Amino acid sequence: MKTIFNFFTASLVLGALLTSCGQQGAKQEGALGSNIAERVYVAPGEHDEFYAFVSGGFSGQLAVYGLPSGRLFRVIPIFSQDPEKAYGYNEETKPMLETSYGFVPWDDAHHPDLSQTNGEIDGRWCFINGNNTPRIARINLSTFETEEIIELPNSAGNHSSSFVTENTEYVVAGTRFAVPVPQRDISIEEYKGTFKGAISFIKVDPEDGEMNLEFQVMMPGFNYDLAHPGRGKSHGWMFFTTYNTEEANTLLEVNASQNDKDFIAAINWKLAEQLIADGKYETMKTSYAHNTYDESTHSASSTLEKEVKIIDPSKYPGLVYLLPTPKSPHGCDVDPTGEYIIGNGKLSASLTAHSFTKMLDAIEHKKFDGEQYGIPVLNYDDVVGGVVQQAGLGPLHTEFDDKGNGYTTFFISSEVVKWKVGTWEILDRKPTYYSVGHLMIPGGNSRKPFGKYALAMNKITKDRYLPTGPELCQSAQLYDISGDKMEMLLDFPTIGEPHYAAGCPASLIEPKQTKIFKLEDNKHPYAVRSEKETKVERNGKEVHIYMTTIRSHFAPDNIEGVKVGDKVYFHVTNLEQDYDVPHGIAMIGANTSELLIMPGQTETFVWEPKQEGVWPFYCTDFCSALHQEMQGYVRVSGTGANVPLKWSLDGE
Amino acid sequence: MKKSKIFILTGALLLTSLFVIPIWNITLEAPQYPDPIGMDIFINKFKSAEGNDIQNINIMNHYVGMKKIPESIPEFSIFPYCIVALIVLGIVFALVGKRQLYVAWLVLMMAFGTVAMYDFYQWEYDYGHDLSADAPIKFTDENGDPLTYQPPLIGSKTILNFKATSTPLVGTYVMIASIGLVVLAFVTAKKETHEKATKNTLSAAV
Repeated sequence: MKTIFNFFTASLVLGALLTSCGQQGAKQEGALGSNIAERVYVAPGEHDEFYAFVSGGFSGQLAVYGLPSGRLFRVIPIFSQDPEKAYGYNEETKPMLETSYGFVPWDDAHHPDLSQTNGEIDGRWCFINGNNTPRIARINLSTFETEEIIELPNSAGNHSSSFVTENTEYVVAGTRFAVPVPQRDISIEEYKGTFKGAISFIKVDPEDGEMNLEFQVMMPGFNYDLAHPGRGKSHGWMFFTTYNTEEANTLLEVNASQNDKDFIAAINWKLAEQLIADGKYETMKTSYAHNTYDESTHSASSTLEKEVKIIDPSKYPGLVYLLPTPKSPHGCDVDPTGEYIIGNGKLSASLTAHSFTKMLDAIEHKKFDGEQYGIPVLNYDDVVGGVVQQAGLGPLHTEFDDKGNGYTTFFISSEVVKWKVGTWEILDRKPTYYSVGHLMIPGGNSRKPFGKYALAMNKITKDRYLPTGPELCQSAQLYDISGDKMEMLLDFPTIGEPHYAAGCPASLIEPKQTKIFKLEDNKHPYAVRSEKETKVERNGKEVHIYMTTIRSHFAPDNIEGVKVGDKVYFHVTNLEQDYDVPHGIAMIGANTSELLIMPGQTETFVWEPKQEGVWPFYCTDFCSALHQEMQGYVRVSGTGANVPLKWSLDGE
Repeated sequence: MKKSKIFILTGALLLTSLFVIPIWNITLEAPQYPDPIGMDIFINKFKSAEGNDIQNINIMNHYVGMKKIPESIPEFSIFPYCIVALIVLGIVFALVGKRQLYVAWLVLMMAFGTVAMYDFYQWEYDYGHDLSADAPIKFTDENGDPLTYQPPLIGSKTILNFKATSTPLVGTYVMIASIGLVVLAFVTAKKETHEKATKNTLSAAV
């Protein structure tokens, strides 16, 4: 009896102890949990610390998030039409989407990169590539508008783009696919040895950012994946990863994965500049679009450029060297000191770090291991600086913090690994959910990284959030990297498919913001600066309406004399000069989107009425207490009618 | 030059600054204006405190039927002349040197100040009460009487969703300083005459 009683009591006590221990663990988790929430909580009315420019991938746009809150502020339209903002729909921005193939309403935007000065982010512009129709776009970070898009000739797919040199001398673009240069009708099987890979160097004007395609280096027919500039001691060189050095043209999945090592191509662009200056190039006739948006006229224009300067690297020793790198390397990342060039071998388990010092030494002492199409291949053992062994499965991309650590994403093993530059030891690994592609540390691709946060952008979402049918958003996780070990802080959804991102402290961008466009600076050809100047003019079958908006009415708002078959242009100027007071306008039956007009700006849409009647238009952006009263009518008469052109506001 | 003369001369010349510095400010704060909008008043013009504030104040106020803040009011033609007159008289009186004239100047100056304040009050009354008959928004109080929107003469007042604050600026303080200097001139002049008289008496005695 006593034994049973003792046994019973003992079990009770043991049970109580175990349960309370378990509960204490849960309490601790709760306490830690609330601590993490505080670290990502940006209180109402407060601002985030960092801007994150995250590519939209197949959406063709660039998303602007705040870190650490993960809040989405804006989706900047770049390569795809956006009816919300009339980008690619209004007359002023349609030219931005012109290419040598005609008007293309979409593209695949992958890699944003921020302008730098002396190797530090300066908050002036963001560059991003269009993949499908090879293009580079430049975004003005004071207006967050796309100001310029330049197409690349002789390219197909534009993946190893857009990366800026450390003083924004150049932004580079590289074809993804090797193609016949020039394009011509030949058998696809002639790929090996015939197709070429064009690497483009676009000069950026230091004053206004205007881009110009200076020259192309015509490389062998490999695939070109990613690139990063040398910095500090390696300034003047640009490094590109290649894959498919097997030069396969079919079933690349297998046929491009046979070689043990592919290459990182090191291009000496300072030497290339010298060659161009000395006239050592060929001029090739071609056709590519160059589109610019002028803020003072609020309008874009498109020109077709006709020629490009080509440099054949096999003719100029010293221009390009190939560094053997295992295996189908994806990311090509340079550490903040400029000494190490990391080849993230997508199909291997290790990370290869080439040493720039050793590379220069190998070049000087001609430590070559053969050549490819006249370009010297440096001996692997004479350039490799170190290898991070067995780091994970499928390394893709590395960025750096300010303490000499590298952070690499591993797609197949779905993790981020932290390791020490120089000693190559692994310090930490954390899972991502799921299958991370790229990560971003603000400044992590510059001389001055801000080692506080790392953002991992994933390809597979599955169960991370509330499901939304078969199609799910992409997921991203934010990590605190300020301590020895990484800590996941936040998990948030992203638009499109973020391939890559660039971030910087908000303090670099916030003070330079444009709040309104000054009406007196508006040089749009159809702008009017007061209601008195508004009018309607007929020019054959074209009717031009010079209209204004201000809270809460349009001027004129009653128009007569338009006929069926006319092409009616609504040129609308927003007379507001107050922060955050846009107006919109839409007309029933117009085969285009609304307009969304910022204070001081003029925008135009076209309406081709097909029916007689009296048709209303209205303001589409909630602007004031009397927004619902902000409307107008246009009378459309028959083609033969004699109704005179008339316009008025309140009878005047 | 006698100290008293210097005081009244300075007092008069200080008034020249009124052609470039503002005398009053009205600022409006509202939930949708985290950066308040406002208007500075000079002796010859209204000026936006920042950017296009006056245009934006007009847009806000037109819904309840208030008039636009005009480019110019008759006062802006008259007041500069008054100030010029005061400056000229101040200089003349300083040169003449009779302290009774200093008193006269003070009387003129304070009369001008009082008239200006009264006029400002009247302008504000009219601005806040003369509402358009077809205003889109017509608010009434509990008794059903229409609300009016007169800005405060000085200090703060809640008007609908705005907190209106009316404050003197540097120009007003300059005018007060001028008055102070002329009072000082008068007092000093009195002392100087007294000292002179005493000196004369003494020298006569000797």
